[in-house]
Amino acid sequence: MRPRSSRDESGRQADGGIAIRVRNLRVNYGEHEVLHNIGFDVKAGETIAILGGSGSGKTTLLRSLVGLERPSGGAIWIRGQDLCCISPREMAELRKKFGISFQGGALFGSMTVGENVALPLREHTRLDDSTIEVLVRLKLEEVGLSGYEDYNPAQLSGGMKKRAAIARALTMDPEILFFDEPSAGLDPIIAAGIDDLILKLKRAFGMTIVVVTHELASAFLIADRMVLVDKGNIIAIGTPEEMKANPQPRVRQFLDRVPDPEVSADEGFLDRLTQNLRL
Amino acid sequence: MPVTETLGQATIDGLAYLGDLAILMGRSLHAIIVAPFQGQRLRGQRVVHQAMSAGVGAIPILSLISFFIGVIMALQSAYELRKLGAIALVARAVAISITRELAPLITAIVVIGRSGSAFAAEIGSMKVNEEIDALETMALDPIQFLVAPKLLAMLLMLPCLTTWADFMGILGGATFGVSVAGFTLGSYIQATLHSIAFRDIVTGLIKSVMFGAVITAVGCQEGLSTGLGAEQVGRSTTSAVVKSIFLVVAVDLVFTLLFYFTTSR
Ligand SMILES: Nc1ncnc2c1ncn2[C@@H]1O[C@H](COP(=O)(O)OP(=O)(O)OP(=O)(O)O)[C@@H](O)[C@H]1O
Ligand SMILES: [Mg+2]
Repeated sequence: MRPRSSRDESGRQADGGIAIRVRNLRVNYGEHEVLHNIGFDVKAGETIAILGGSGSGKTTLLRSLVGLERPSGGAIWIRGQDLCCISPREMAELRKKFGISFQGGALFGSMTVGENVALPLREHTRLDDSTIEVLVRLKLEEVGLSGYEDYNPAQLSGGMKKRAAIARALTMDPEILFFDEPSAGLDPIIAAGIDDLILKLKRAFGMTIVVVTHELASAFLIADRMVLVDKGNIIAIGTPEEMKANPQPRVRQFLDRVPDPEVSADEGFLDRLTQNLRL
Repeated sequence: MPVTETLGQATIDGLAYLGDLAILMGRSLHAIIVAPFQGQRLRGQRVVHQAMSAGVGAIPILSLISFFIGVIMALQSAYELRKLGAIALVARAVAISITRELAPLITAIVVIGRSGSAFAAEIGSMKVNEEIDALETMALDPIQFLVAPKLLAMLLMLPCLTTWADFMGILGGATFGVSVAGFTLGSYIQATLHSIAFRDIVTGLIKSVMFGAVITAVGCQEGLSTGLGAEQVGRSTTSAVVKSIFLVVAVDLVFTLLFYFTTSR
């Protein structure tokens, strides 16, 4: 392992302890604005959970944070660098400090699981093959996938793909981890294992971790703070305790798992079903 | 919309597309030529892999096709030359048409079908699968990582394949010449060597390098601009093939014109 503590110290001093700062962020897909006026900070070493309903814009937010979506307004600073105005070379340097696991895994189909995990090491370090092999086994062991080095991603189950993607995100011992629904679709035992892994990464290595998740129990367990996104707006930010005490109806509804009022009861229901039909 | 406006828009779109291809080409060439001097590795293994699949893998089918084309050219020209009592010129007709035009073109068409379409499908499905995004977030430039090795492999392999197609085409002609037109193998080869100038082969090879660039650029560009969803991959593949064939023929025309007007007989 690299000497993490000393490097973290310098990193923290450089940016005043803020790893990610988002202000007035707006993101569009074409005409359609998906995120409206998002703003929050993530401190270095903090684990933040982004919660929200399906389609509320969590993945879009995560993709914006790593520079895959170009905001239509507002700004994002990562470790003090403004993403809008950073050169491709600086962006590449920054991204070497990222570990990202996508919602769908995004494993390279033309490589084995082992090659997937090894790729960042092969491309960005000068380690020799046997060291890389050991590191790959170590990472796969951590997510409970040892022995699957030579499998093709297509031969893995959905949950195994997800774990392989997490292993790949961890290869470079990143400073900032971005996980998009790491435990969705995993069985409870493995999901708990992922939670443990995240806690371990936070405690042992002081990583800054941004986790998008639907799983309330997991979020309350791992998060230092939570951001609740609803229809492209942040409706609440706070520690798990603050969230539990938050009285806003929409927050309560989400945290207490109350369904939306039955759709067929509302007035526009029939109109919506039959709109644009020539009857 | 009035015809002029439609026409204008089509022209603008076409030029914009060519611009995109040029940018892609420029960035890949930068990755091949400049980046290695800036300490960035050129991925030799990936180049070799591409060269094997795009180049070596094409040899059997290319051999067969160019052999047949050689026989066909011999038959067609013999058909006319016989009337003039000049059947001895068959070797010349075959040699010139194969080396200058047919071998580069046939090679390009075979490579479009085998590799241009595969580039579009491979990169397109990586795009749909978020693999391209994953590459970018790992600080790996998709152009440097995916396109540059393909381009280098194609630029190296197309002239080799074309030379091989020259050989197989002439062999096809010789088969006809020896069995029907009264040549001996020795006299056919003699006649062939007499009739082709070094320049004929070189112009063919220059063209083939250009074709390699066009095929890679179009295949990769179509892959990279694939939209969302698996259906789009199929669409990219089809349009890669159609656009490559068109552009290869267009480039062929331009270069043939150039060679025509720059050489004095
Ligand atoms: N590539 C895209 N093009 C157009 N619209 C998109 C695209 N990706 C997402 N959207 C839209 O943006 C909105 C937010 O999508 P996003 O994927 O960010 O949601 P999410 O919160 O991650 O949902 P889930 O929890 O289901 O993953 C949705 O309305 C979706 O239709
Ligand atoms: Mg999502």
